[in-house]
Amino acid sequence: MTVPTRPLRLPFRLLPYGERAVLLELPAAPMVTALREELLARAEPGITGVVAGARTLLIELDPAQLPAAQLSAVLSAAALAAVAASGRSDSDEVELRVRYDGADLASVAEQLGVSVDTVVERHTSADYVVQFCGFSPGFGYLTGLHPSLRLPRLSSPRPAVPAGSVAIADEFTGVYPRRSPGGWLLLGTTSAVLFDPERNPPALLRPGTRVRFRAT
Amino acid sequence: MIEIIATGPLSSIQDLGRPGLAGLGVGRSGAADVGALALANRLVGNDRDAAGIEITFGGLKVRLLTAATIACAGARAPLLTDGRTQDWAAALSLPAGSLVELGQPPTGLRSYLAVRGGIAVTAVLGSRATDTLSGLGPPALLPGMRLPVGPEPSGDPAQDPSAGSLAATGAAARSVRVSVGPRLDWFVAGSWQRLLGQRWTVQADSDRIGIRLKGGSLIRARLDELPSEPTLPGSVQVPPSGQPVVLGPDAPVTGGYPVLAVVAPADLEILAQQRPGAEIGFISSMSYLQEYD
Repeated sequence: MTVPTRPLRLPFRLLPYGERAVLLELPAAPMVTALREELLARAEPGITGVVAGARTLLIELDPAQLPAAQLSAVLSAAALAAVAASGRSDSDEVELRVRYDGADLASVAEQLGVSVDTVVERHTSADYVVQFCGFSPGFGYLTGLHPSLRLPRLSSPRPAVPAGSVAIADEFTGVYPRRSPGGWLLLGTTSAVLFDPERNPPALLRPGTRVRFRAT
Repeated sequence: MIEIIATGPLSSIQDLGRPGLAGLGVGRSGAADVGALALANRLVGNDRDAAGIEITFGGLKVRLLTAATIACAGARAPLLTDGRTQDWAAALSLPAGSLVELGQPPTGLRSYLAVRGGIAVTAVLGSRATDTLSGLGPPALLPGMRLPVGPEPSGDPAQDPSAGSLAATGAAARSVRVSVGPRLDWFVAGSWQRLLGQRWTVQADSDRIGIRLKGGSLIRARLDELPSEPTLPGSVQVPPSGQPVVLGPDAPVTGGYPVLAVVAPADLEILAQQRPGAEIGFISSMSYLQEYD
């Protein structure tokens, strides 16, 4: 048995995900964000959820409202519109003030053979976008990290990372919303409240939010 | 008001959870056996989304501080009120001061207690469900806690002679339907047949986050890291050990292990009733995309 895939006119792979969802695999992170926003804006009947991953969109479906035979056409139209709309950025912007005092800051500098100040400069000079949320409520995976800062996570995670820890791992940077175990490299801390269920919206960083870090 | 006297291994407040918030990193949570909670709610005249108590392997003991109408469904356990045996899956109108006790279910794992009016603790993000992974919602129940009960619903308690048999379906079944997941091509040829062609033993460290299964290993053909992708309750993830984990209601919303198969949503309640040591099998079913082929 092979994985059923469906050719689209656009560079996508449509992968099966059970009775009520499909997984759309996209070649690049910005396309994930753009297509997600387009699909949410369209509020297509039968699409009950759109959730982003690093390179994928999980699209939850009501087969009674949107039969599979019509899905490719719906996705292609949304993708074309998303491509046309790319570059238009009306998403939220957040600046996070960071005290660069993280437990891994010195070792990151050492691994890269640069000064701590250079690490901070590289982390604060980039424009980031929240690619997706996961791990815990309000934990955004931010893309845009300076390529030299792409380092593997700790081989053995810390049992407890303080809330507000600003960290990096692989191609991402992010902030731990609450005290939790974690294997990312800690660069600093912010006092911003990343997640508050009483707030609307509860998550400060949501898919598509643009983020900058500023050293304090 | 209901006072908790004993909880067994784990009792928690559950409703239909927090669907639609995965984009913020918030999992669905909610009752593991949605059908059983819905039945208990229907029997006491509640709306389907009212919060009740999910009891894992019995052991709940509560005192009603005010008169209440209750019903139990799901894994059928000995049910006593003030020491008297009561019908399972039936509405019981009880006076203030009544002591309600659930023993261990002889089969199945999770029982549900609904009270007319619903458990009325404060909702978090639209739900009163305890998410055991993220900590959202009320804490798991502990002896001494007092739970408020909501106002009378408009519906009447139901007389349903078929309720008793409905209540046990999940606990009796030993097979669940799965369709092919997105990452079958990350496994060696024949892995789908290997998943379907054996019985899998539910492990003791299974919980609301995932059901861990033990059997002949599923072998990955690709060992590189999969960029994190969204998951759903029912996703069958395969970590490097080759032993699959079926994600439960409190699972994280993204994961980096390849998903080989996805359990049919209607069969999640069967999984919710499998206790450690149970042997289950998977039956092939059609995915959304295959329905089209």
